[in-house]
Amino acid sequence: MPRVAFTPNLQRHVSCPPMDVAGTTVREALEYAFAAQPRLERYILDDAGGLRPHMVVFVDGTAVRDRERLSDPVTDRAEILVMQALSGG
Amino acid sequence: MTGTHKLYVATRKGLFTVVRDRGWRIAGLDFRGDNCSAVLEHPGTGALYAGLDHGHFGAKLHRSTDGGANWQEIEAPRYPPKADDEEDWVDMHGRVIPHSLLRIWCLEADHPDRPGGIWCGTIPGGLFHSDDGGDRWARIEGLWNHPLRRRWFGGGADYPGIHSVCLDPNDATCVRIAVSCGGVWESRDAGVTWDCLGEGWRAEFMPPEQAADPAVQDVHRLVQSAASADVLWAQHHNGIFRSTDGGRHWTELGDVSPSAFGFAVAVHPADPDTAWFLPAEKDQRRMAVNGRLVVNRTRDGGRGFETLSHGLPAEHAYDLVYRHGLDVDATGESLAFGSTTGSLFVSEDAGDHWQCLSAHLPPIHAVRFAPAAP
Repeated sequence: MPRVAFTPNLQRHVSCPPMDVAGTTVREALEYAFAAQPRLERYILDDAGGLRPHMVVFVDGTAVRDRERLSDPVTDRAEILVMQALSGG
Repeated sequence: MTGTHKLYVATRKGLFTVVRDRGWRIAGLDFRGDNCSAVLEHPGTGALYAGLDHGHFGAKLHRSTDGGANWQEIEAPRYPPKADDEEDWVDMHGRVIPHSLLRIWCLEADHPDRPGGIWCGTIPGGLFHSDDGGDRWARIEGLWNHPLRRRWFGGGADYPGIHSVCLDPNDATCVRIAVSCGGVWESRDAGVTWDCLGEGWRAEFMPPEQAADPAVQDVHRLVQSAASADVLWAQHHNGIFRSTDGGRHWTELGDVSPSAFGFAVAVHPADPDTAWFLPAEKDQRRMAVNGRLVVNRTRDGGRGFETLSHGLPAEHAYDLVYRHGLDVDATGESLAFGSTTGSLFVSEDAGDHWQCLSAHLPPIHAVRFAPAAP
């Protein structure tokens, strides 16, 4: 199963330990995590469902390219990291 | 009526509570380290609300129903998805206005006829209402879909925002808002339909033929006296404007020393002719004029202004007071203001004398007295 881990800075606001998820795209993987912790969604995505401007998601070390639809593929053994971008200060 | 003895101070690094017992003192800090953009103690329910801006993680809303002892995050206003047939709204800079909450800029209790009701003005331009104390929010579609909304653009912020909501104390159906930059708007049916108000505006930042266009005015702050809902005061980018007919006509008040530029205005709750301002050096520098921090007060509807300075720094002050950084309590005697450089001042004699409670707070977005006890 893909595994998602979140920036420790998010832990202060929402409990989000690393979790095993299901899905073949970044969106599917994140939605699996949101189902387990619904408050997470609005900390990571904007109201239109895209990645917040100063958030970044890495899949096996590569930043995702599709920040709006989150369609980048993930493999069954993918390591997904949800991080803050330095651009946000 | 007795004076208000509690003051909320929303800052870049949290929400401070300041109380007056033997003297004024900082009694508490909530959301330590977090950017608090707006605060409301609802006079109808007693609930406290704090709008937060977490930067990376977005704008959030928290509520306390026990006087601030405990806070719960509640659902913040959410922009509905863009409709399939809705064109992108592109501002004058060529930016597409996002359909997403960027900042909670103001929170106001609704008319007493709608207990538990709250209005929320946001960046990038959505006005929201909750009729259940903040559990659920609805965007005001009659304003969002108004064709003149596409004239709005950002001022100090990249995108336009609603910072002032005025409820007519005598008419539960009348709501007025102000937008930076987008003028003053009025609804006479509790928010269903809207009109952009006003003749008499002057916007130097627009081409001359558009300077009077009501939908592009950079109103920095709009306030209304509880004693007379037809009297409105606007601190505008280009000066101080006043209306005595509910916003239909505006008069610019000239000859204001040391400056007519500023962001904040407060009006006396019982005397619509009395108002206070924080003059600043316009408009590229944005700091106290000549390093001397003063408050301007008029008691005759703007025909004359007194410059009040007792207790305020006379030199090397670089404070700027944002649009929500000045408040007056229900008696009209106690005032407070807080600045971008973290100075917090209070007066208990309508501004004649000021005392500095701190010069070391984080940058202050908003000060707000707790509502008077019923």
